[in-house]
Amino acid sequence: MNLTLRVWRQKNAGDPGRMVEYPATGIIPDMSFLEMLDVVNEGLIAKGEEPIAFDSDCREGICGTCSLVINGIAHGGQRGTTCCQLHMRFFKDGDVITIEPWRAKGFPVLRDLVTDRGAFDRIVQSGGFISVNTGGTPDANALPVSKVDSDRAMDAAACIGCGACVAACKNASAMLFVAAKVSHLAQLPQGKVERTQRVTNMVKQMDVEGFGNCTVTGSCEAVCPKEISLDFIAQMNREYGRAILKGTK
Amino acid sequence: MNITNVFASSIGKKFLMAITGLALFIFVALHMVGNLQVFLGPESINRYGAFLQGNLELIWPARIGLLVLVLLHIWAAVKLSAENRAARPQPYVKHEIVAASYASRTMLMSGLIIAAFIVYHLLHFTVQVPAVNLVGQTKLLPTGSFAALEDAKGRHDIFAMMVLGFQRPLVSVFYIIAMALLFMHLSHGLSAMFQSLGLKSPTYGPLIARFAVIASWLIFLGYVSIPIAILLGYGSKYVEALK
Amino acid sequence: MILDSKIPSGPLAQKWEKHKFDMKLVNPANKRKFEVIVVGSGLAGASAAATMAELGYQVKCFCFQDSPRRAHSIAAQGGINAAKNYQNDGDSVHRLFYDTIKGGDFRAREANVYRLAQVSVNIIDQCVAQGVPFAREYGGLLTNRSFGGAQVSRTFYARGQTGQQLLLGAYQALSRQIGNGNVKMYPRTEMLDVVVVDGHAKGIVVRDLVTGEISAHAGDAVVLATGGYGNVFYLSTNARGCNVTATWRAYKKGAAFANPCYTQIHPTCIPVSGDHQSKLTLMSESLRNDGRVWAPKKKGDTRRPDQIPEDERDYFLERKYPSFGNLAPRDISSRAAKEACDEGRGVGPGGLGVYLDFADAIKRLGEETVRERYGNLFQMYEKITGEDAYKTPMRIYPAVHYTMGGTWVDYNLMSSVPGLFVIGEANFSDHGANRLGASALMQGLADGYFILPYTIGNYFASEKQPKPNLAHPEFKKALESVEAMTKRLLSINGKRSVTSFHRELGKLIWDKCGMARTQQSLKEALARIPELRAEFWKNVKVTGDNSNLNQDLEAAGRVADFLEFGELLCLDALTREESCGGHFRVEHQQPDGEAKRDDEHFSFVSAWEYQGPGKTPLLHKEPLVYEEVHMSTRSYK
Repeated sequence: MNLTLRVWRQKNAGDPGRMVEYPATGIIPDMSFLEMLDVVNEGLIAKGEEPIAFDSDCREGICGTCSLVINGIAHGGQRGTTCCQLHMRFFKDGDVITIEPWRAKGFPVLRDLVTDRGAFDRIVQSGGFISVNTGGTPDANALPVSKVDSDRAMDAAACIGCGACVAACKNASAMLFVAAKVSHLAQLPQGKVERTQRVTNMVKQMDVEGFGNCTVTGSCEAVCPKEISLDFIAQMNREYGRAILKGTK
Repeated sequence: MNITNVFASSIGKKFLMAITGLALFIFVALHMVGNLQVFLGPESINRYGAFLQGNLELIWPARIGLLVLVLLHIWAAVKLSAENRAARPQPYVKHEIVAASYASRTMLMSGLIIAAFIVYHLLHFTVQVPAVNLVGQTKLLPTGSFAALEDAKGRHDIFAMMVLGFQRPLVSVFYIIAMALLFMHLSHGLSAMFQSLGLKSPTYGPLIARFAVIASWLIFLGYVSIPIAILLGYGSKYVEALK
Repeated sequence: MILDSKIPSGPLAQKWEKHKFDMKLVNPANKRKFEVIVVGSGLAGASAAATMAELGYQVKCFCFQDSPRRAHSIAAQGGINAAKNYQNDGDSVHRLFYDTIKGGDFRAREANVYRLAQVSVNIIDQCVAQGVPFAREYGGLLTNRSFGGAQVSRTFYARGQTGQQLLLGAYQALSRQIGNGNVKMYPRTEMLDVVVVDGHAKGIVVRDLVTGEISAHAGDAVVLATGGYGNVFYLSTNARGCNVTATWRAYKKGAAFANPCYTQIHPTCIPVSGDHQSKLTLMSESLRNDGRVWAPKKKGDTRRPDQIPEDERDYFLERKYPSFGNLAPRDISSRAAKEACDEGRGVGPGGLGVYLDFADAIKRLGEETVRERYGNLFQMYEKITGEDAYKTPMRIYPAVHYTMGGTWVDYNLMSSVPGLFVIGEANFSDHGANRLGASALMQGLADGYFILPYTIGNYFASEKQPKPNLAHPEFKKALESVEAMTKRLLSINGKRSVTSFHRELGKLIWDKCGMARTQQSLKEALARIPELRAEFWKNVKVTGDNSNLNQDLEAAGRVADFLEFGELLCLDALTREESCGGHFRVEHQQPDGEAKRDDEHFSFVSAWEYQGPGKTPLLHKEPLVYEEVHMSTRSYK
């Protein structure tokens, strides 16, 4: 397969950046999208040009590092798929592929397709945990948890923190990410103790980071590689409403 | 954090949107039911009008309340939209829309046009400014204002006002377009409202989605049935008789 | 160098208790005066950093990923072992201990493994309290699955994402401490050297991967939790970023490296599809609970799997190891698959694959149950291969997955450099020559939550070391050497890309020092690696500069270390004239092809001491003494 790539190049955070066109030749359908980029990069290095910087690590869809907007869709548009799991067999010979970084105020571009998602870490640091120290915890089976609750918590906990929800949202809203963590912990009896303060702090931090608001368009859910449900946003809103009525610090 | 946070936080403002939206929806639904009495004939609708007009102690608080709701709804919308725009300072070179419906993406626009319509609508039927009813000075309306219309019992003749008003095709078309936008606004807003208030859950999600569709269709059909019926000749005999 | 394992005296079951009592403590009010540097934020690093911060130490944590949540622990799928005996099937601390020792082919330290089994139960309690959503029964209690090398169900799991959920638990605990200000986190920061002052580790040199800035950090102790070296094979199931740099540079500063030849080849990976391949993908071992492994009986059988009748299929694991069947340990299963392929009975492109068939499980349990248990794995398989494993059997082939070797540490997890602690996969301690499934997560968390936080206090309290000082010339020296190496890499401007060297090294090591090793193949590798390394330093092309994010430069430094490390790996493999666990020397096998261990001559840990550039490292032997366990030939028949 031979393709044409239109890629966002930006030397560093201060550089305005621009789209640059590269040919991608000799691409095999079994390659993953990132392996295709590896091939293009090897070509660039051979010519003495700097390779296209992009984030990736596990390359099996679980670490949440890879983060490309491919043809205008975060992770490329295959349902429940990160771009490292996207294979070239989904493209046609001769295709023109546009590749951009996540774009959001909360995710400044560091270089080319690499962004800084530290905002997500700071949101978790503000309250996305259960405050137990190591040791002194009761036996794991001391507190039964209904399978329904446990499964639902797992559905939310499956979030890999890639940020595609923000990238796809027309408002660059981080609600799905925050909701997944709030719901995961609020669903479990262990997490209920701190539920009001947790949601208060996390939403506050989310707002501070400059993410947009949820207008329930559903784009986030559609691109989420772990198919986290929009229902968790409703659950977080419920938690937040509860916190407002109860009053928190 | 306390109740004042509804004005400060992102989710708080969404609560404000949802609650004011819900109240406005209830008003819109009741208003429609009231208006549909036009199909019961002049006596019903004129009596209904006189009842409302006759209770100043009720109607003014209601009007002020509605105004506050509308202003809050619009304030929150504008504020949220500004924040949303600021959240993505650099747009995508290529952006493909995934899953988001047209209605969900155009809520601010549909809402603002509806707001403009409301202003017109109030000038038309409430303040009864002659310049906007497009009827002109007739024997029936010596000053051009609907205010002069009175029925046999001396009540304001709402029936005649509606018929005369909607007999003008331009007025009806504007009205129908506004109702179509309201339909769009509600089709997204009614389910998003439950989502924002956290009332949506995997169990009730499908039910809420169905409610949103059915309710917005009912509102649309209920409202547009009046101008359409009038354009098709409903009430013309009554008005002719007055002339 | 004298290697003292510092194993406490007394009966095996009481060693840890006794040691905990014997260790000196740091007064709670004094803990905040100690600064600890933790490199790596996976299960071991994050749990250690969080726990030490909870205790009151000042912690700095570094990771090269953009967030501590992305460490490679996240990719572990199957589960975590713990001797809870919740299933009432006869499990106990002793049984987990024994299974692990036996699984490791009697090449692990008895006392360490026993301690690991003991604390395993606390790990589950801790994780549940943190909100890890382990799988449960309808009654609300935790459920278990069975895993390779064990005949009890002791593996706790969270769908196919156990590593992710455990890491998120540790990450959340770490985040809480970052939020509290007790841990300072440095993401996108790579450790490039350890600073040793008067024989004690006192700090590290790091490079900020965004700005290129190279800086030094001082601490009262340094903890490396930097994972394994599987990427020396280029193709492995490790994440792309996994590297040996931290432990290798520590090795060059005096931290002995133990058992590098113990590499684990995982039997159930998706076969390689071509030269472009950048990594291999693992299919969790848990699949072998319900999947049956087979190859055609006939050589070169090209029929579709559904056209091969039952009696022409060889369920080779069930045939060879009837009592463990498809759940035979990883090294044994991998070799069995390799044998089938070597005999020409492999399936798929290049004949490098065997089937993992779920037809029977689907018949027995229904597709829904299979989907519930393994849905995400089937999905992953389909994404990569484009095949539906509910309809046609998966094709699998072994791939490098885990490395049992690592920095040598004593019972306190301290390396041969005092003050330098190494935890998790980065150390060599608990898995011997082969790791059992679901034990890596257990070890990482045991080290981080329950062992290091105790033993590091003992170091502080008993050593009474002077405070570290950034002004010490050793810091300056380390900074200069890192800067010089960076400059050198950027100035070569040769013809070959970094990846091409890595790929060539990986292929060489896989061919010569992979699933089967011979004296000759190892000697060939040992001859070729220095040549390749010399070529690298003459002809590598590293683009860009050091003042921006430069992934090419990052990779170059890592590959440079792999090019040195690969030699030690092969040297260790050559020296160990026996077959055990993941180390299979063709010269040393039983008549039936099973590994032939040589307890008389090789019952020791090989710990290699760096002697300087170009010099052969010095081998130290830490004898393995078994007080409780009788060393037997490992049999899963």
